[in-house]
Formats: sequence, structure tokens, C-alpha cells
Amino acid sequence: MSDASLQNGPEMGAPTTKSSILQLDQRTKKRNAAEARFRAYGIAAIAVGLVFLVVLISSIIFKGVGAFQQSFITLDVELLESKLDKSGERDIEKIKKVTTFGYSPLIENALKAAMEEAGIENPFAKGKDLRKMLSSGAAADLRRFVIANPDRIGDTVQFRLLASSRVDGYLKGRVTRESLARDKNLTPVHLDVVDQLKDAGVVAKSFNLGFITGADASESRPEQAGIGVSMLGSLYMMLVVLACALPIGVAASIYLEEFAPQNWITDLIEVNISNLAAVPSIVFGILGLAVFIQFAHLPQSAPLVGGLVLTLMTLPTIIISTRASLKSVPPSIREAALGVGASKMQTVFHHVLPLAMPGILTGTIIGLAQALGETAPLLLIGMVGYIASNYPGGIIEGFMSPNSAMPAQIYEWAKRADPAYYERAWGGIIILLVFLMTMNIIAIILRRRFERRW
Amino acid sequence: MSAFWLLMIILALAAVGFILGRSRAISSVQGDRRQLHSLPNYYGFNVAMLAFVPAVLVLGAWVIIQPMMISSQVSTHIPAALYEDAGQLNLIMSDVKRVAEGLDVAIAQGVMTADEVSQLDTETTDVRAVLGNVGVALGSDVDPSVLKAAQEMRAKTTSGNLFMTIVVLIAAAAGFVMAFMQTHGDFRARNAVEGGVKALLIAAASIAILTTIGIVLSLIFNTISFFGMFPASDFLFGLTWSPEGRGGSEHLGILPLLWGTIYISIVALLVAVPIGLFAAVYLSEYASRTTRAFAKPLLEVLAGIPTIVYGLFALTVVGPLLVNFFGADGLGWMQGARSVMTAGLVMGIMLIPFVSSLSDDIINAVPQAMRDGSYGLGATQSETVKQVVLPAALPGIVGAILLAASRAIGETMIVVMGAGAAARLDLNPFEAMTTVTAKIVSQLTGDSDFASPEALVAFALGMTLFLLTLGLNVLALYIVRKYREQYE
Amino acid sequence: MNDMTKIERALEMKDMKISAKNVQVYYGDTHAIKDVSVEIEDKTVTAFIGPSGCGKSTFLRCLNRMNDTIDICRVEGDILLDGEDIYDKRVDPVQLRAKVGMVFQKPNPFPKSIYDNIAYGPRIHGLARNKAELDEIVEKSLRRGAIWDEVKDRLHAPGTGLSGGQQQRLCIARAVATEPEVLLMDEPCSALDPIATAQVEELIDELRQSYSVVIVTHSMQQAARVSQKTAFFHLGNLVEYDDTTKIFTNPEDPRTESYITGRIG
Repeated sequence: MSDASLQNGPEMGAPTTKSSILQLDQRTKKRNAAEARFRAYGIAAIAVGLVFLVVLISSIIFKGVGAFQQSFITLDVELLESKLDKSGERDIEKIKKVTTFGYSPLIENALKAAMEEAGIENPFAKGKDLRKMLSSGAAADLRRFVIANPDRIGDTVQFRLLASSRVDGYLKGRVTRESLARDKNLTPVHLDVVDQLKDAGVVAKSFNLGFITGADASESRPEQAGIGVSMLGSLYMMLVVLACALPIGVAASIYLEEFAPQNWITDLIEVNISNLAAVPSIVFGILGLAVFIQFAHLPQSAPLVGGLVLTLMTLPTIIISTRASLKSVPPSIREAALGVGASKMQTVFHHVLPLAMPGILTGTIIGLAQALGETAPLLLIGMVGYIASNYPGGIIEGFMSPNSAMPAQIYEWAKRADPAYYERAWGGIIILLVFLMTMNIIAIILRRRFERRW
Repeated sequence: MSAFWLLMIILALAAVGFILGRSRAISSVQGDRRQLHSLPNYYGFNVAMLAFVPAVLVLGAWVIIQPMMISSQVSTHIPAALYEDAGQLNLIMSDVKRVAEGLDVAIAQGVMTADEVSQLDTETTDVRAVLGNVGVALGSDVDPSVLKAAQEMRAKTTSGNLFMTIVVLIAAAAGFVMAFMQTHGDFRARNAVEGGVKALLIAAASIAILTTIGIVLSLIFNTISFFGMFPASDFLFGLTWSPEGRGGSEHLGILPLLWGTIYISIVALLVAVPIGLFAAVYLSEYASRTTRAFAKPLLEVLAGIPTIVYGLFALTVVGPLLVNFFGADGLGWMQGARSVMTAGLVMGIMLIPFVSSLSDDIINAVPQAMRDGSYGLGATQSETVKQVVLPAALPGIVGAILLAASRAIGETMIVVMGAGAAARLDLNPFEAMTTVTAKIVSQLTGDSDFASPEALVAFALGMTLFLLTLGLNVLALYIVRKYREQYE
Repeated sequence: MNDMTKIERALEMKDMKISAKNVQVYYGDTHAIKDVSVEIEDKTVTAFIGPSGCGKSTFLRCLNRMNDTIDICRVEGDILLDGEDIYDKRVDPVQLRAKVGMVFQKPNPFPKSIYDNIAYGPRIHGLARNKAELDEIVEKSLRRGAIWDEVKDRLHAPGTGLSGGQQQRLCIARAVATEPEVLLMDEPCSALDPIATAQVEELIDELRQSYSVVIVTHSMQQAARVSQKTAFFHLGNLVEYDDTTKIFTNPEDPRTESYITGRIG
């Protein structure tokens, strides 16, 4: 480009056409349209994100609330002495010898009686078919009652017995007559009876406390499965995480933030921590398997091991948030303390740490919430294959003996073939999310309540 | 004496040390505290610290090392005829341990005396029955050499414990006495205690390093033993994954798994990046304060939901929904609910807030002066965003996307539940495929023992996953850090 | 005053480019600009002076509606550009800002090449029909910004790599490239060293040939050196507005005098 050509161009700064700013030119209109489109994309993106959230939350609720209701069959069972205590001595050892098979006929009789009373015709030749409407755990409930109250033998006692999961599913709309066509557990004929029993008020749905407090059940009895034991397993794990991650995390942060010299070792630790925060959780599971189980021979599936693995996993999170809250304490506080002759250690422990505490606690709670919902590492240390069917005997056993944890229990249920377990899994998710929400709300309140602006 | 009681004794010693040290310091200045260099408590803590810490360190090291040394010594006495490889020796050694523990139980319950135990013989006694009686069930009859090894193990453990008790108590006493002698008004107790506390802080900070070392070592050792049994080239370049085949027919090629991982991650990023990025741009450039205060936390709820929930969502909601459209009744592209699309879509939803909040931070870091410059020239807001803000934020956004990619690659639950179990090299996104993480889970939760290549391959997969995500993270963190420095 | 000077003054009388009447600006509850009326002439450098926080920058930003980007800011009164109200509902601020360009306190080149920095405005406003025309605009603008000779060999190097003074002249060239009628400059030299300041001041004097330039400045010497008209702002009020020579030699308001002599500031 030469200066000659420059002079031929329109003169700069003196626009040849004077346009009014009151009229939009064509180009500005086009640009404004592009502006509106771009803005719409942004709104659409947020809307899509929120729609996903709504779909997710509503499917959790729709699919999960069912687990908090369960169908029960209320029966007056005559505890026949001739079946339960032939000798009539009320000797508890002898009563215990009667297995659940001994109790089944009693239930069958009671059910027949209830149907007769309601004027329902019994379409089944075999009593076994009739009993399919009840949970196979019902006899065990009866037996447990008799062993606890041997003096009631001979009486007629009212029991609320669990209906079988198919009956429960029918009342909740999950099981239909069509779906039973290929099912060997129940026939459409049963459903006719159930309809009549429901009208008679013998079968009814009610709140299912057993789901919250109960233990896991075998694959064939979804109606009995509860999340109580694994909730306890999660609690023990969280105790381990809290007891390890908080002190170690705070100590590490104090060192890095207040004492560490600027050298390559400190750099290495810092890079390390930010990388650990992004290492996939499953890798921590591999570490737990190799170090705690293969090398240190700690018991498999134990909440102690789970807690240790989750500690290592949440430590970076806690360290990062703790350092942020230590950093937010202004240097003037440190200078003031040092100025009156406090040592550096005293400055940190007497002034900086207490001021940073609310932030540290908030970070810790959020780290705990993250650990509570984590599943992948627990798979590798054996917390999923384990059926959490018994409450641990004591505190030490609670830490050391195999147990499940809430997310692991949910995964276990989701793996099982019976669709009745999906409902349990979603129900478990509701409980898990209630815990997470509570923890997050506590963290938010803490932050609001104690947040300090310097 | 058991380690627990030893610990209690040391603790008691430390408590006594605190009281004595404190009072000695005070009496050394005739009760005039102002003469002391440090507060009296520091003298107490100093004595307690020196009595406690070295002894506990010795105790801890001993408890960890002694069983390893004893079992390696004992294992040399197992006749070579009984085992063929290291895996079998391990099994025998765990039998030995079990018998040894059973004998301890027998003594504790008073079934046998210690002398009887050391003279026990498989010829004369049915050891399995004896142990069964005290509640220790054994899988098979006890081999004479196993019993001998167990007896030897017991003997060594007993003498080892005795030594441990002596050494630990000496360490505790020595520390106690040394610190107690030091205690005097001029002694700088506070400095000593603070030095100790600082060492503790350093130890805590180095746990992060130890974790990494632990991860790397556990991956490396097991990967090396895997490559000892299975050729590395077949693992790295094999196109088939079918561990079910026994013996020579098994194929453990990682490529189909890597393909599944990458394919699902790409689908996830295709969902998460546009939505997350536009959401971030809208929130940081357009949204009013109230919209922002409302929409941002709501979007972030998506990030707080555990992955197991997303997994179940994929399995029971998204999968069946996709089958309705693309399955046999619809377009016929999809066989079952589990597919690359199912997992990728749900993972994308999970990553939206991750991308949006990271990009939001980064966009906000672009100085207002840039925007002013552009507005001052008569640019519209979208022109400013597209041509000034986003190009300026590009490195940071690339870093954020890399972090999201590393998340997607390492995600486990969603793919375990939503992607399927079949390893495939296929292009159809509605086909079930599997990933590195899903196979780590399935190889390590099966019944195969740890010494087999089918289980050990999981560590090689873990190693691959670790290196892959580490590379992405380091790169992403480096880019983001450089980006931030540019505007600080 | 004799006749001769009267004639000279009449000859120097120029068109009014911007006229502001009774302008009020509020930031939330704060009344930042109180009833300011001012007439800005074409092809003239007008300086706004006054102590920090007196509202001179705020007023400047009203002239091309940059205050629109601040949520809580509210403007009342009339500001006319060539007789048209710039706060009229029909006015698109985007189109307005193409006519009323702005240069900021801190040089703010985009993190792009020198060429793209200049070409940005012409591109968004569609001023060039093809690459050759765009090249031409870029060169002309850089020449007008008095920086062509320094950067002509590295047009594709990043603009952020230039020195502070060069960056500011680049920003001026960038503002000129959209062919504005008015150039607003918000303390354009406050982040520059004395040599760079001198170069920019020289540039401003040249720009006066083609544009109406409004400059906010902290430095009274600068106002005296570059401007023909000066407005003195104090606490949101326009205290005095007159020829620069008059303001600096014979101010009418005692507050102006105090400021100029350094008693308030």
C-alpha cells in the first residue's frame, strides 16, 4: 500500500454521508437480530440445564416415594398350641425348634378365615398358592413374635404381615395382569383375590418404617429390604472420615499456608494436591484395595477401610477450602499478634485458626457430603457384594466388621433383577439426598451466620 | 504385651511427664514463673512429647514390619514341593496365619496350654477338629509343614513381641528422662514444642505426597506382575477384550475399552460444553443479579448429586426413553437400554455445572476494560462476547474443558450402570460399549483371585486411567494457571 | 476588547457538535451529576477538569451512553448530537458509539494482533467491502494514530506486546478506525510516562483537524496544552465552562481559581 493510494481514499474523519442516529440502518438491525439470537441461546442453555434438573428430581421423587409405602395384610392369626408347642410346657428351647415351616399353615388358615369373613371365594386348591400373596418373611415375623412372647400361644393375635412384592407392586401399579403372564410367582387369579381383599380392608398400603430402619434382604424378598444397616455403615465411615480428614487436612493447610518456605518441595506438594483433587475416585478404590486390604490386611468391606479410602479422597477438597479460608484472614491480624510478641505458632493457633474455623467447617461438611455420596471406590473394597443383613454388635464391630454403605446399597439394589428393587434403589436415593441436602444446608447456614467480610 | 497396652503405658508415661516436667520447671525458678523462658505448660508438653513420640514411632514401625519379616522367614521353611508359584505360596501362608491365630484362640480359651501347642503334632492330634472346637473353621486338614510353620510363626511372634515391649519402653523412658533433665528455667521449651508441632504439620502435608506415591506404587507393582503373565504389547495394542476365555485364548486388549471411554466422553462433552458455555456466558454477561442468584445455585445442584443417582437415572429413565425412539419399535438402531448415548447423555448432564461454573470464573476474570474497549467502539454485547471476551478467555476455557474431559474419562458409576458390559469397537452410538473404569470394577469385583491376569489387568487399566487423567489435569491446571497470571 | 479580536473570534466560532441540557445522573441513590449543561464544539478539543470524584468521567461516559452498561446508573436531561437526542428510545447505543468513539484511561488493546485490533471496529460496522479496503483502513488509522511507522513491520504481532504509550496510541487508532465524529478520551495519559504523554498530546492536537475531541484529564497543564475549551467540574456541578485561556488566566468562579492555584483538588 502506498501513500499515493491513501490520498485517493475517502477522507478520514469526515464521513461522506451524514446519517441520523434516530434511524436504524440495515446493518444495525441485522446486528441486533444476531444479538437477540445469541441471548436466546444463553437463555436456552440455562433452560435446558434447569429442565434436566427438574426431570432428574421429579423422576427421583416419582420413582422413589413408593419405597416409603408398603402393602400389608392384616390377619388374625390363631397361634395354635398343637402346632407351636406340642408338649405344652412353654419350654423356649422346644418352641425354638419349630421352624418357619411350622408357622406357614397358621398364616394360611388365618388368610382363609379372613377371606371367608369377607365373602371371598378361594379359587386355589393348594394352600401354598394362597400364601404366595404374603411375603415369605411373614412366617419368620410370626415366629419371632412367638419366641418373644411364648405366653401368647393359644391366643388369636392380630398381625400386620408384609404382602409379597408382586401384590405390593400391583397395588402401586407396577405389576399388571399382563406382566404376570410370564411370572411364576403370582397369577392374575391372585390379583382378583387381592382386589376383593382390598375392598374388604384386609390388604392396605401404609407407611413403611421397615425400609428406613430395616436390613437388606435376600434377592427374592424385596418387600423386606431396608436401608437401615447400610445407613449405619455410612455413619461409621463418615466418623472415620471426619476423625482423619479434618485434623490432617487442617494441619496440612496450616503448614502450606503459614509455614511452608517457597521451594520446590512446597511446589511439589501443592501441584500434588491439586492433581489429587482431580484423580478419578475409582483410582482411590484401587489404592485402598492394594494398600489397606492386600498389604495391610485390614478386613474387606469394613467401614474402617471405606472411611480411610474416602479420607484420602476428600483430603484434597478439605485442604483446598481450608487454605482458602486461612488466606481470607487478613495479614493485619497476624502482624498484630506478632507485634505483641506472640510466636508464629501462637499467632496461628490463637488468632488465625479460630477466625478461619467457620470456613474450614463449611469446607469439611461439603467434603463429607461428597464422600457420603461416593460409590466407585467402595465397589473395589468389597462393600457392594456384601449383603448388609445384620446390625453390627458393637462400636468396634461397627468399624471392623463387613457392612455396606448407602450408595453401595443403592447400587446393589439397582443390580438385582427384580424391578421391585428399582423402587427400593430410588427410595434409597431419596434418603441419601435428604442427608446430602441437610449437610449442604448446614454448610450454607454456617457460612451465612459466620461469614466475615474484612 | 499387646501393642494396645503398650500404647496405653506410653500415654500414661506422657501424662505423668507433663505434670512432672511442669512442676520441675516451676520449682527450678523457685515458683517465680516470670523467670521461665516459656510458659510452664510448654515444659510439660516437651517432656510428654519426647516420652510419647519416639516410642510411638518405634511401636508403629515394629507393628507393621514384624509380621512381614516373620512371614517371609517362615515362608522359606515351606517345602517347595507344596507350591508352584507365588500365588499358591500366598494361599499357604494365609493358611499358616489362620492356624497360628487359631492356636492363639485355643490358648486364650484354655483348651490347650502354650506348651501343648508348641508340641502339637498332626500325627497325634486332629488339629482341624481342635481348632473347629474353639470356633476357628479351616477349609482342609492341616498339613504337617503348615502346622510346623504356624508353630514357628507363633514362637517368633512371641519373642518379637517381647523385644518390641522392651525396645518401646526403653525409648519412652529415654525420651522421658532426657526431656526431664533438660527442664530448667532457661530451657527454651516453647521453641522445642513448636518444633515438634511443626514436624507434625509437615507430616500431615506430606500425606498428600504419600497418597500419590501409594497410588503409583500399588499401580506399578501390580501392573508389572500383570505384564509378567501377559505380554504388554497384546494389552496395549490388542483389538479384542474377552477375559472369559481360559488359558491361551484370553484376550485383554485395551483398545476397545479406550475407544468406549473416549466415545462416551465425546458424547458427554458434546452435551456439556455448549450448554455449559452458553449458560456461563449468559450468567456472567447478560443475567440480572436476581436471575444469577437464582439460576446459578440451581444449576450447581446438578453437580452436588452423587454419581450413583445419575447411574440409576441412566439405567431406568434415559435408557428406556432412548429405546422408545431408537429401539426396535422406533428407528431400530438400539438393542437395549444401555448404550454409549445413554451414558454419554447423562454424563453430559452431570458435567454441565462443572463446565459452566469453571467457565463462569474464567469469563469473569477477563478485565472489564476489554469489554469497555469493545463497547466504546460500538460493538454489541454478543459481538463483544464472541470476538473479545471468549478469545481472551479461550485458554482458560480450554483448560476447563480438559478438566471436564478428565472427569468424563474417570467417571465410573454412570458407565457401569448405563453403558453396558460388552467391549466393542463400533461407531454406532446406540450400541452398548464399555469403558476402562467399568472394566476395572468388573475385573476386581469378580471371583477370580488377585494373582490371576484377569484381576491384575485391572491395575494395568488403572495405570492407564491414572496416566491419562493425570496428563489431562496437569495440562489443564497449567493452562488455567498461565491464564490467570496473564490477568493478575 | 477591540474589533479585531471580535472578528477573529467570530471566525473561530464553530458548529455545536454536542449540546447537553440539564443533565442529571444518578448511581442508585447517589446524585452524581447535578444539572449540567454544556455545548461542545466541532473540531475543537474540549477538556474536562476537576478533582477526583467530581463527575467528569461520569459525564463523559454519558456522551456515548457507556453508562448503559452499568445497571444502577440513570440519566436524565437531554444530550443532543447534531441536534438529535442520543437518549431517544429509537437510538441504538451501538450505532451511537460508532459515531462517538472512546479511548480509556488504561490502554486496553484486545488480546489480538495489532491488525485485528484496528480492524475490529470496521469489521463489526461493516465499513470495508473487501480485504484490500480493510487493509487500507487499518493503515490509515494507524497513520492517524501516529504509530504506523513503529508497527508497520509487525502488524500481526499481538497488540498487548507494545509499550504503554504505543498501546494507547493503538487504542486511539482503533477508535479512529470506525470513522467517528466525536472522540471521547477518559484520562488517556494517566497511565503513561512523560515521553509517551507528549506523543499522545501531539496526536490529540492533530486529531482536532477532523474530530471534536473531549478529554477528561487530571493534569491542568495537559488541559492548558491541548484544549481550546475547558470545563471545570466540582462535586457533580459544572462550575465554569469557557475558553481554556480564560479559565486558566482569569477564571470567574472562585472555586475554579482555587483549583487552578492548587488550593482544592
